[in-house]
Amino acid sequence: MSFIQTRYNLTEADLGKYLGEALSKGGDYADLYFEYLSTTSASLDESIIKSASQGVSVGCGVRVISGEKTGYAYTNDLAPEKLIHAARTAAQIAAGPSQAKVADLDEPPRAHDLYPVVEAPSDVEFSQKVALLNAADTAARAYDKRIFQVEAGYQDSVRHVLVANSEGVIRSDTQPLTRMDVSVIAREGERLERGHDGTGGRVGLDYFQTERTPEDLAKEAARQAILQIGAKEAPAGEMPVVLGPGWPGILLHEAVGHGLEADFNRKEVSAFSGLIGQKVASELCTVIDDGQIPSRRGSLNVDDEGAPTGRAVLIENGILKGYLQDRLSSRILGTPPTGNGRRESYKHIPMPRMTNTFMLAGEDDPEDILRSVDRGLYCVNFGGGQVDITSGKFVFSASESYLIEGGRITRPVRGATLIGNGPDVLKKVSRVGHDLKLDRGIGTCGKEGQSVPVGVGIPTIKIDQLTVGGTNVLRARSNFQD
Amino acid sequence: MSYLDLASDIVARARKQGADEAECVVREGSQFSVNVRLGEVDQVKDSGSKAIGLRVLQGSRAATTFSSDLSEEGLDALVKSAMETVGFTSEDPFNDLPEADQLGIAVDPADLGLYHDDVLALTAEQKIEMARSAEAAALDADPRIKNSEGGDCSSGWSQWTLANSRGFGGEYRSTHCSLSAVPVAESNGSKERDYWYSVSLNAAGLESPEEVGRRAAERTLRRLNPTKIATTEVPIVFEPGVARSLLGHIFQAASGDSVYRHASFFADKLGEEVAGKNVTVVDDGLRPGGMGSSPFDDEGVVSRRTTIIENGVLRSYLLNSYSARKLGLKTTGNASRGLAGSPGIGPGNFMLQPGEASPEEIIASVDRGLYVTELIGHGVNPVTGDYSRGAVGLWIEKGELTYPVSEVTIGGNLKEIFKDIEVIGSDLDYRSAFIVPTLKIRRMTIAGK
Repeated sequence: MSFIQTRYNLTEADLGKYLGEALSKGGDYADLYFEYLSTTSASLDESIIKSASQGVSVGCGVRVISGEKTGYAYTNDLAPEKLIHAARTAAQIAAGPSQAKVADLDEPPRAHDLYPVVEAPSDVEFSQKVALLNAADTAARAYDKRIFQVEAGYQDSVRHVLVANSEGVIRSDTQPLTRMDVSVIAREGERLERGHDGTGGRVGLDYFQTERTPEDLAKEAARQAILQIGAKEAPAGEMPVVLGPGWPGILLHEAVGHGLEADFNRKEVSAFSGLIGQKVASELCTVIDDGQIPSRRGSLNVDDEGAPTGRAVLIENGILKGYLQDRLSSRILGTPPTGNGRRESYKHIPMPRMTNTFMLAGEDDPEDILRSVDRGLYCVNFGGGQVDITSGKFVFSASESYLIEGGRITRPVRGATLIGNGPDVLKKVSRVGHDLKLDRGIGTCGKEGQSVPVGVGIPTIKIDQLTVGGTNVLRARSNFQD
Repeated sequence: MSYLDLASDIVARARKQGADEAECVVREGSQFSVNVRLGEVDQVKDSGSKAIGLRVLQGSRAATTFSSDLSEEGLDALVKSAMETVGFTSEDPFNDLPEADQLGIAVDPADLGLYHDDVLALTAEQKIEMARSAEAAALDADPRIKNSEGGDCSSGWSQWTLANSRGFGGEYRSTHCSLSAVPVAESNGSKERDYWYSVSLNAAGLESPEEVGRRAAERTLRRLNPTKIATTEVPIVFEPGVARSLLGHIFQAASGDSVYRHASFFADKLGEEVAGKNVTVVDDGLRPGGMGSSPFDDEGVVSRRTTIIENGVLRSYLLNSYSARKLGLKTTGNASRGLAGSPGIGPGNFMLQPGEASPEEIIASVDRGLYVTELIGHGVNPVTGDYSRGAVGLWIEKGELTYPVSEVTIGGNLKEIFKDIEVIGSDLDYRSAFIVPTLKIRRMTIAGK
């Protein structure tokens, strides 16, 4: 029996009864999503552990689908009468007699175990988590005497989920998620600059002792802040842009990923609606969404509707191949599910979401790619991004970038937002490097008020023309025209 | 047991287990929301939840715990894990509950106009009908609008209870409702979406569904077939819905938490000019019916009215008790917390005082410039003030709105932008805790073609 069934004494017969109530008004399909989430966090500021927190969030969401309509209700009290009430509330979306067709519940064998954490982070002594933060503080301050503010944060959670649906499928999973962040401010005279690094995944605490240590994060954050002290205004206008490998893959997430989520496409409100089979990128581009990469932040054994996650080819050699599906969209569109039905918590209705989205490696040497640019921008680190699904316009904000002049990186420039049009931007990709890298494992995607952890990745690529939102118009005009 | 009794009981239990001071919050809320798309109900969601949060102090160490499990077992675990956790945080002489003379309830919660029976009286059928009518008004407005993400209507209530070991106990309830429409327009291969929403603490305060749909349609249609303009430097006019984000940046810069860390360009600037002489910003936690009003803040400190910027001069930061102690100042009653974590800083009703110009007059004052109606992205650096965001809007030529513009960014530095607020409109937008009219900025960089 799963954690949740044991803890709350929920038998298959109980689950079947609640599903029966959910279908009592004639809905076509119902599911229950039980969640028990425990979290711990600690933060360091001014070289002391300022706060530490622990918490538990428990609840169940009941969904009923009737035709294309969805009814949803949730409760954070798992007493039988509360669950029945939630099920009857969700049932109201349909109006008719019960068709009583809950199949016998059965948990199929697992396809994979992507995050076999030896010791759950929630079982580790708090003192070990605090030690990580102190180590980061010491390392950041030792990096350079201009580092004068250091904040470090640690968070972990273990999410136990149980999904049961009226088709007889029951699935459970235990999902660890851990991250650590270091932010610093450097000061030189009047000039203040910040730097940040973070890492994590569906990993245990040992990850921060062996894979990427607090010292690694501290040095990287400090390096960025010190670098920014010397940065000049970013150029403004259109120019070639080279993206470094890893986190700059946020381009794919914003420019194409969201636009390929099936809910927007079945409603025909996406800039990509109706483009399946058409060319949306240069033939150098193949873009994948893969929920099965071991230990990654965006990975899941089963999605939040209980479907096994998969590997979806979104764009293959430039041709749009498919959308990211949840159960409702795949049913309406008559296409196979892709295991992309996700939700933030039991309080939320699932929808199609990305997992780990990346572009396959090409053949070019990253150095050659840089050498091919006469005047342009080289971006290696980004903050967040955003997209307007309907018009396709997207932005993402570079936090570390450099001018390329005469095929060489010359000097760092200040933060700037890059803006483009989703269905066009990948058509302008003229070089793809052999150096595919996935990000550091701290990405969070927001959609319609729901946040879920995701990953991105990309090799070094060259985009022949993209608008850079700096402030230096003069430089753009004098130095950035061919 | 009432929530106030429950919160006091948890405080007492924490004290008994060794906490020197304790503070407990309980939140309960319920919300109903409906989405109607192309005339059919698409989603109905009915939600109710409650949860509890505890902060304990032992000596000068602090820790917080929270739980949505309000069973006896869950409450025991809440207190026990708080006492375990507090041993791992550092001694910090600035940690304390607010001083007793700061605690209190400014006005009878009933006098703030936060709770309205007419919101609770709305039936599911009425809300479905309102969402349907709002969407229909948008769809009927023009043949170029054939699609939609739908009409949405929601309503709900919440209750917030706080008790601490210095004798404070208080609670208040509030209601809220909203109505919106998100049409999609298509013409000559251009597809655009925009929206309009109305939000209110009472049902009578909502705009009519017809008005919501009409405005959503108008906003969407004017975006069709946009142009990407050439890189340039021109005056920028922000409509109130986007000017709100600029006011948000003032709020962030004036927040005590960022100031004591020097993570704000307002640090060490009290008494200095940080904005144009025409700029006065006031935070009023007691505005009747305000979206940000409350009788006390999230540490139990009395809510009040504080002048933040007066004629361009920075007069006060926004402070909770911790940041006030760090800066050697008094709390301004701006503590804000969820259930988890230590208190941060939140606004009351944070208002940029209006000027006299109508939006039409402001637009008419621009020879060539951009009227911005939507901003996307997060390109704002609170430490340096560097600003670069994606923008959508309408080009202004000789004082008139002309063609739509998109796929450009606007950029500058907030320190200069605040000093470059040339004209302040009279058209305050009260739809959030940040209240602001149309603003004209003298000059910013547009990056485009």
